[in-house]
Amino acid sequence: MSALTFKLKAQPQQRVDLSPLTPDTLAGLSNDAIAAIELQSGNRKITVGDLFDISSGSASSTDDETVSVIIENGCSKLDYIGNGMTRGSIVVRGDCGAYVAFNMRGGALTIEGNVGAYAGCGMKSGVLRIAGNAGDFLGAALPGFRHGMAGGTIIVSGSAGERIGDHMRRGAILIEGNAGDYCGSRMLAGTIAVLGEVGEHCGFGMKRGTLLLSSKPQKLSALFSDCGTHNLNFLPLLIKSWRALPGRFAEVQPRKRVRRYAGDNANGGKGEILVWAD
Amino acid sequence: MLINGVAIDDTFAEAFGMKSTRILITAHNLKWAYHSANAVTGFATSVIACGCEAGIERKLAPEETPDGRPGASVLLFAVSTKELAKQLERRVGQCVLTSPTSAVFAGIREGEKLPLGKNLRYFGDGFQISKLIDGRRYWRVPVMDGEFLAEETTGMSKAVGGGNFLILGDTQEQVLTACEAAVEAMRKLPNVIMPFPGGVVRSGSKVGSKYKALMASTNDAFCPTLRGATKSELSEDIEAVLEIVIDGLTDVDVRAAMKAGIAAVCKFGTDGGIRRITAGNYGGKLGQFQFHLREIMQEAAP
Repeated sequence: MSALTFKLKAQPQQRVDLSPLTPDTLAGLSNDAIAAIELQSGNRKITVGDLFDISSGSASSTDDETVSVIIENGCSKLDYIGNGMTRGSIVVRGDCGAYVAFNMRGGALTIEGNVGAYAGCGMKSGVLRIAGNAGDFLGAALPGFRHGMAGGTIIVSGSAGERIGDHMRRGAILIEGNAGDYCGSRMLAGTIAVLGEVGEHCGFGMKRGTLLLSSKPQKLSALFSDCGTHNLNFLPLLIKSWRALPGRFAEVQPRKRVRRYAGDNANGGKGEILVWAD
Repeated sequence: MLINGVAIDDTFAEAFGMKSTRILITAHNLKWAYHSANAVTGFATSVIACGCEAGIERKLAPEETPDGRPGASVLLFAVSTKELAKQLERRVGQCVLTSPTSAVFAGIREGEKLPLGKNLRYFGDGFQISKLIDGRRYWRVPVMDGEFLAEETTGMSKAVGGGNFLILGDTQEQVLTACEAAVEAMRKLPNVIMPFPGGVVRSGSKVGSKYKALMASTNDAFCPTLRGATKSELSEDIEAVLEIVIDGLTDVDVRAAMKAGIAAVCKFGTDGGIRRITAGNYGGKLGQFQFHLREIMQEAAP
């Protein structure tokens, strides 16, 4: 695997679309070719060379092996990191802007700082790890889109904003910190697990899917029905699947006793909020 | 060829290609896992009338099962993919879904997929929930003691059915004792089952019958009470014959099981009343596999 390092020279004036900097598009390109790639910044075009110092970690980046990309000095103006990536890895040292892992199809994307809104939007596969906090609409659908995230795993070590997993279709969102309001709103399926607290209106309009919480939300919508405390045998399997993941979810002990709230009854009531019971 | 005084016939067992799958049944404790596994593998001695041949392969410790509970590994064999799928669905639907605390998982990942929880989920009447965990789909079906958890599909494998050997001895009791020891030794091996009650069968059959309606009938050549009345295969000292039938995932597995079983029988020797080991075949024309007894017993221990 060859490593390509992009060191941000200075914080850009405008937001920059970093869609082209994925392992897929960079495979087989020379450093000069990479430096010449155009990026959209605000209403003008700049080149990768204008924005970054590029260095390649291995002797040659021209082979077609999987590329690992490292972006240093990340900042909140860098959008669309890992857009549509299918393989390889990207590590961002610092913060990112919006639309991280947009339409991600595979590979591993690690952000060592915070990310903006719509991280993991349209994601279908792969692992997105956010060491800091995530903005609103994590794994959600774009406005007007019918489905949010449709596969893969998102791990947030900090907290996440509002509307996590809005219209989420499949996959898992694991939040070690707290979740904002409307967590799992209009969810279609999939799993969202939160180790911290959740805000108001959690599960609002959810159709199916599972919200797995450490404690009962302060205000639970009247549209969720208490189904009592039960042992659910799929939970040990779910917890076991977290073993290989980075972060605190890997250390969750096997357990299966939860209080089950079924809802949103205004939208079929086939979804569930599960709260650890022991 | 003599082993401990027991004559090994220069013949072979004829076995057939089958389709097989493995499922893992878990439950709250081993007792309930076995209640379910025993039911799934009940009335599954022969494909002639049972639809499939099935048996419990082995006990599973909690750390070996997907959900960390004790369980049992079950192998099912049928003559076609279609029949195997039918039997699997019926048996899991009636014997696992119904059994308290049970869950069922795929025991083979490779190969063509057979529906496991895929159709049984409709028992949930719309309340069933799908969970995709580590790329595998599971169905949570609400039942009266909580949830029945079933993996969506299980893999199918080509398999070998009908490996066998016959034990001939002095008395019914002595032959049965030797068979029990053989089955016990064979059950320690992976990928095989002995589908008959206790692993042993007494009603060996021949092809054809004097009655037109019957395809097969008693193997009179091996019936001790007919020794003087028919063209018998039995010498005067033989009073009982029992057979052990083996189904396995591969011919190597069947071979290993036959070897272990015959070795266990021969330990009893002539002192234990065991005289001769032979095998059932159809002249080698029908089955895909031939297991030559002498060849197997000459092979070095695997």
